[in-house]
Amino acid sequence: MIGAFAHLLERLAFTPQRKGKLAHLVGYFRTRPDPERGLALAALTGDLELRAVTPSLLRGLVAERVDAELFALSYDFVGDLAETIALIWPEERGAQELPLADLIEELQRTGKTALPAVIATRLDRMTPSQRYAYLKLATGGLRVGVSARLARQALAEFGGLDLPEIEELWHGLVPPYTELFVWAEGGAKPVSAARAPFRPVMLSTPTDLEALQDLAPDEFLAEWKWDGIRVQAVSEAGTRKLYSRTGDDISAAFPDVIAAMDFEGAVDGELLIRRGAEVAPFSDLQTRLGRKTVSRKLLESHPATLRLYDLLIWEGRDWRSEPFAARRLALEQTVAGLDPARIDLSALLPFDNWKVLAALRANPPEPVIEGLMIKRRTSPYLGGRIKGHWFKWKRDPMLVDAVLLYAQRGHGKRSGYYSDFTFGLWDGDQLVPVGKAYFGFTDEELRALDRFVRNNTVDRFGPVRAVEPTKVVEVAFEGLNRSTRHKSGVAMRFPRISRLRDDKPAKEADHLSALLAMLPER
Amino acid sequence: MLSTDAPLIPRPEGLYCPEGDFYIDPVRPVARALITHGHADHARAGHSAVLGTQQTLDIMALRYGDGFADHRQAAEGVIEVGGVRVSFHPAGHVLGSAQIRVETRGQRVTVTGDYTRSPNAACAPWEPVPCDILVTEATFALPVFRHPDPAHEIGKLLASVAAFPARAHLVGAYALGKAQRVIMLLREAGYDAPIYIHGALQKLCDYHIAQGVPLGDLRPATVARGKKGDFAGAIVLAPPSAFAATWAQRFPDPVICFASGWMMVRARARQRGVELPLVISDHVDWPALTQTITELDPAETWVTHGREEAILRWCELESRAARPLRLVGYEDEPE
Repeated sequence: MIGAFAHLLERLAFTPQRKGKLAHLVGYFRTRPDPERGLALAALTGDLELRAVTPSLLRGLVAERVDAELFALSYDFVGDLAETIALIWPEERGAQELPLADLIEELQRTGKTALPAVIATRLDRMTPSQRYAYLKLATGGLRVGVSARLARQALAEFGGLDLPEIEELWHGLVPPYTELFVWAEGGAKPVSAARAPFRPVMLSTPTDLEALQDLAPDEFLAEWKWDGIRVQAVSEAGTRKLYSRTGDDISAAFPDVIAAMDFEGAVDGELLIRRGAEVAPFSDLQTRLGRKTVSRKLLESHPATLRLYDLLIWEGRDWRSEPFAARRLALEQTVAGLDPARIDLSALLPFDNWKVLAALRANPPEPVIEGLMIKRRTSPYLGGRIKGHWFKWKRDPMLVDAVLLYAQRGHGKRSGYYSDFTFGLWDGDQLVPVGKAYFGFTDEELRALDRFVRNNTVDRFGPVRAVEPTKVVEVAFEGLNRSTRHKSGVAMRFPRISRLRDDKPAKEADHLSALLAMLPER
Repeated sequence: MLSTDAPLIPRPEGLYCPEGDFYIDPVRPVARALITHGHADHARAGHSAVLGTQQTLDIMALRYGDGFADHRQAAEGVIEVGGVRVSFHPAGHVLGSAQIRVETRGQRVTVTGDYTRSPNAACAPWEPVPCDILVTEATFALPVFRHPDPAHEIGKLLASVAAFPARAHLVGAYALGKAQRVIMLLREAGYDAPIYIHGALQKLCDYHIAQGVPLGDLRPATVARGKKGDFAGAIVLAPPSAFAATWAQRFPDPVICFASGWMMVRARARQRGVELPLVISDHVDWPALTQTITELDPAETWVTHGREEAILRWCELESRAARPLRLVGYEDEPE
């Protein structure tokens, strides 16, 4: 029923914690029948094909019912069109609980000219919360802070299923996913009918020099860990797909790569922007992401390429149970027949002991390298993050000593604690904000930071407190990109507070120039 | 602007009655003040003489001490103030709250103060007070504000408590009125477990109980044994300001709830970090406000504070005479 779905959206929108969102979703899947729960899942994963209802259509509808001035005053106050309409819509001839399926089917079936009247009739028989859910559904964009992956994760938790297995099946199934729910409730696993389906990706666990001492170097192969996007390229029976490692279909954004996938099989690799031999920084790849179409200009200025790591399927044969060393040999032979400007091989690194690798890691030949991958020669290709097979040995994080500038309170277990921090670096005699961090510290450090914020607040902006710029923290981060969205001109990747530097006075914190010097070269 | 021979005139101190030489809910100390209800922005300390319901006087004494005014008088029946007949009528807003009717210069004027027409078990219900001029509040005077049945909202809270038994539910509610209304709604819904209250709520809750409002088993929200688990599954009421204080750190993974008419608007709720918004209002919503004007059918409607543009526009569409008084010093929803 639309009411139950509306209630779910409301709970999700107000629940900031991932765990809380999962609990709401699992509860919904447990209590709601098919096809409603599957349609709700599709709405959250973005797999519901709906004619997009435009804001101007909605404005036209409400103009017929509400005085323009009263609507304008209300919209000003509420700030969201669908929400304003949901609240202000006058007729309430008693709300009617309608099945979600009927409403969706009606929106899909109704032609453009008949659509306004159909929507108005529905709005007449709904509560404000139902109207909100219905309008959000109709306009696309639920904005409840749930990613497609989180929605699938909830399904996995609900049924005690393996998320990678769900992701593997996903592209072969369509809403309302009844067969997935049958499986989740103890029935048979569905058979995927997808062409060029996604296969669960093999993931690695972190390691370091100390942990490596327990392993025999000659049982492993090593290669660089490239800083692009891990992808799976599948080309089977005339269908070509590029998947992210979570199974999202990103083919539309990379037609140049798709065109080069002149093979029959499924391979694993890194998506990189590469100009000749030179690999561009991650930020160049970001400009290509999330697009529905790509201009010719962008295709030329930001050419996307694949650097292959592994081979899963080749010409109808499933290689996943073969040892890595064998797969690697097969991969080397197959890459030879492809366009080297678009698809090349991630090179193996020669080493006979861990010290040699440590030296390579300390001095990578290119800036777009995140560290090393160390893979067991005998490991099959296993979906998920299974310990003992693949290891990532990342470069040491970059570090700066920054000054705390602002703090905001956290949620859930951190309720009442100032746990979200904005920090800055010196630019001349000014401190400029360079990033935000809300993890990395221990519980004890959090208490100390919270105490500091409370005792040193100099100003308040709503929920945000400005603090006396005296507290120095060490900020660790994985990389740095240029960014026009940040005042400082740079954006850190995965920044966290790694240490409190109570030994350091604020004037000895780092300067912005030190951070800028860490930027990859253009 | 209103002419000087108008029955009531807005002044910087508050709404003034020239004939009777008194103010209603003045925001600065004055010689003679008539007080509609005990919220701090309407009932301030420091006036020479105060006229209000006995309960409002009691509440002012609780908040400001016995010496909050030199003279005080409990309103009962019709009273002459400086030759002007005034009477107090229940407003349904909080315990002791009243509308004040003033008969002056041939006009019957009803000053609503803050009021709600939805049932409120923590105080006497609103009554219609016929008048020539209606002076109304407009806190929620936008057509988007149609407050749901408070029993439904309490149902949401109880459902959440059942769904998250390991978490404490912290309900933000103002100390006078909202807190007791929420408690009464919980009791009416059959919730008879102890309800925990922040220290700032104690005095006013005790007063409500003494006045015959059966709030049930209330306990202080203190951690005597220092264990977070003590409050698992509990409902805890506190003034919203307490959520920003270290006070909130004692509860296990709390669900932050807030009982307010503003909670209808998602952005408002999110901005405050509210996880469970409860739309419970002690003010008239849009339908109740327009219904009040229609039913009382005054010759003129004056709007004291709040969002006056929309209700003035509505009066214009209904061909009703209306004007804004633009009184300053009143909060949207007082603490």
